[in-house]
Amino acid sequence: MPSFVISEKCDGCKGQDKTACMYICPHDLMKLDADKQKAVNQEPVQCWECYNCVKICPQQAIEVRCYADFAPLGASVIPMRGTDTIMWTVKFRNGSIKRFKFPIRTIPEGEVDIYKGAGEAKADLSRIKEPGLFTHHAAGMTMPVPK
Amino acid sequence: MEDKTNTFQHCEKPEIVVHETDILLIGGGMSACGAAYEADKWATEQGLRITMVDKAATDRSGAVAMGLSAINTYLGENSVDDYVRYVRQDLMGIIREDLVFDLGRVVDDSVHLFEDWGLPVWKKDDDGKSLDGHQAEREGKESLRDGGTPVRSGRWQIMINGESYKVVVAEAAKLALENNRKATGVDQNLFERVFIVKLMMDQNDPKRVAGAVGFSVRENKLYIFKCKTALLGTGGCVNVFRTRATAEGQGRAWFPVWNAGSNYAMAAEAGAELTLMENRFVPARFKDGYGPVGAWFLLFKAKATNALGEDYCQTHLEESRKLYGKYVDAIGTCLRNHMMMIDMKAGKGPIKIHTDVALKNLADTMSPKEIKHLESEAWEDFLDMTIAQAGVWAANNMAPEEVPSELMPSEPYLLGSHAGCAGIWVSGPGDFGPSEYAWGYNRMTTVNGLFTAGDGVGASGHKFSSGSHAEGRIAAKAMTSFIMDHKDDNPTFKETADELAAEIYLPMETYAKYQSYSTDPDINPNYIKPAMLQQRLQKIMDEYVGGVSTWYTTSKTMLEEGLNYLEMLKEDSFHMGAKDLHELLRAWENFHRILAGEAHAQHILFREETRYPGYYYRGDHLAIDDDNWRCFVNSTYDKQTKKWNVFKKEYHQLIPDK
Repeated sequence: MPSFVISEKCDGCKGQDKTACMYICPHDLMKLDADKQKAVNQEPVQCWECYNCVKICPQQAIEVRCYADFAPLGASVIPMRGTDTIMWTVKFRNGSIKRFKFPIRTIPEGEVDIYKGAGEAKADLSRIKEPGLFTHHAAGMTMPVPK
Repeated sequence: MEDKTNTFQHCEKPEIVVHETDILLIGGGMSACGAAYEADKWATEQGLRITMVDKAATDRSGAVAMGLSAINTYLGENSVDDYVRYVRQDLMGIIREDLVFDLGRVVDDSVHLFEDWGLPVWKKDDDGKSLDGHQAEREGKESLRDGGTPVRSGRWQIMINGESYKVVVAEAAKLALENNRKATGVDQNLFERVFIVKLMMDQNDPKRVAGAVGFSVRENKLYIFKCKTALLGTGGCVNVFRTRATAEGQGRAWFPVWNAGSNYAMAAEAGAELTLMENRFVPARFKDGYGPVGAWFLLFKAKATNALGEDYCQTHLEESRKLYGKYVDAIGTCLRNHMMMIDMKAGKGPIKIHTDVALKNLADTMSPKEIKHLESEAWEDFLDMTIAQAGVWAANNMAPEEVPSELMPSEPYLLGSHAGCAGIWVSGPGDFGPSEYAWGYNRMTTVNGLFTAGDGVGASGHKFSSGSHAEGRIAAKAMTSFIMDHKDDNPTFKETADELAAEIYLPMETYAKYQSYSTDPDINPNYIKPAMLQQRLQKIMDEYVGGVSTWYTTSKTMLEEGLNYLEMLKEDSFHMGAKDLHELLRAWENFHRILAGEAHAQHILFREETRYPGYYYRGDHLAIDDDNWRCFVNSTYDKQTKKWNVFKKEYHQLIPDK
């Protein structure tokens, strides 16, 4: 379904520099209602259920109700995204629950150095017309061609 | 209806922002992020400025916004020749083998970088069992670059813990952009929430790109970018056909619903040649949720059957051979759809994938702990990349380890990166292959200075996320080379900021002018709202161009009828009314979708055979006809006359059959 915002929990990201869900939604769906000072999904029919608004909300005020034109009511799928793992709670219509935990990254966000390791090499401008990328040139690789 | 004009009498005129750069990257998905990373390496030291413009937030934009559970193109131990054979087979014998080979020889490097940047990759332990990315790290397994063994779900695919895949790739791109920004002394070089709607051409050379123009969806600002070279990296085309879902589920497209055909439409309007726009992708996926089936078929070895338990790929093989000949010897994606749909039409559905049987078979030799791990792996496949599927199952009290699930072919999508090959005709690498495939710079379109990658590049499917990133890198390197060879170029365009603003904000002026005429601003004889125009486009495409309601079947007469309706829809698109910037975004997405849809219809009309059974059928030419049609169908669009010129281009086989 479309994501929905729980009125009681949403504070409009007052203390933040931007409304988190509005910032992240890939399809420009989340909007801050100027009167209520709360977020709303302005076009639920276009929602991909990508859960990016759910994952980013600092108040856990956003959930998803499965697309009602084909899914029965009563289930929920709720993520809790940490720095290196994500936890999922899947609640079935009949009340049964499954929980999962998966890795999301091996280096904390903000600590990547793209100029280390293979990325340390500089591009060799004398080879710009040759096939291969800067890393292939740096590693001394010859690019194959069809036999 | 009277012609609409915009003099900003009714809506507020936007502030004009002009930004000059050298390398302009339009889009923020895998291709554009790859381009940003590689461009920094080649261009920064020469003082060239790089600018990326994304209509969303780069951390979560493009087709990988939700995450992915697998990387579908990692060659590893395979030969590049075999990769080309696989792509050719699946795309029914017509691909640009120079482009596919060129991609295959570099793609693994991007996957190695992803792992360097923190993407968890599944590895095999010493007993051949799978370890997730964290377990593999704890057990000291080597990286893929250093010889670690990935968990292959298929010959070309590897499993990852990819919830944050795009965040990881975006971080590297943003760091590269920031390095370039500091080195070149510009204030800003990443523009998020700015939607580029058209390319600008050099006033002295109409076949050379000079910039691009778009608008902010957050502030009342028109953005004009002037550049030496530009990359189109804006994805495929979704929601051009009527969806199977009838109401709020319309957003649950299999491909990202925000892909609006911008690549194809902007390229066409710029005069760039398109190729294989008749091709489309119709994925057979878990019904309604459109969750991925790849890992189920390939990793967990699940089987799909009709309701009688028959394997339709066996029972309909010989019948299919009559029309599709040698192509049924290795059944590709579209032919699998074709045989499945024979049973669906015969009332032998529902078609089910037996996930329960597959997992039970695997569990036979497993300990309880291993079974728990297997169940978790199965669910991660969805929770990483199609969370809605988990929701659909939970809502129906179904678990894939307990019961089989129904499969359904989706509505059609246009794309060039997955199991499809619609797109733009680009120059190849040039170090091999026929000269007619290489007219200058790698991945440059037939418009000078205009490049593309990922879904933009036609006739070169099956590159997926990793290949799109690698292709963005290939293009960025060639773009730098292009600038170095054209140091004295200073392309300019004649359109003024005021003219561009008037054109782009016309839907807002129209709405503001007429909205009070009726008590319900959505129903007004003076304009059509973007959402309704999109519905009309989808209905025309569905009924006349082979959507789900005709079982993907069309014909010359149906296409000609549909093209007449599209003509009027195009006229009406200039009467769209947008109440705010959000609707202006939707209005311009529609302009792009219409042109992409029209290209699709024109190409299907031209190709008088059924090249992609299971994706679409020409009811009047049901067979494959290699004698006449094993060739590319290319086209150009004249934006003055609004006419298409569609023609054949020769196919050259570079890699021999095995």
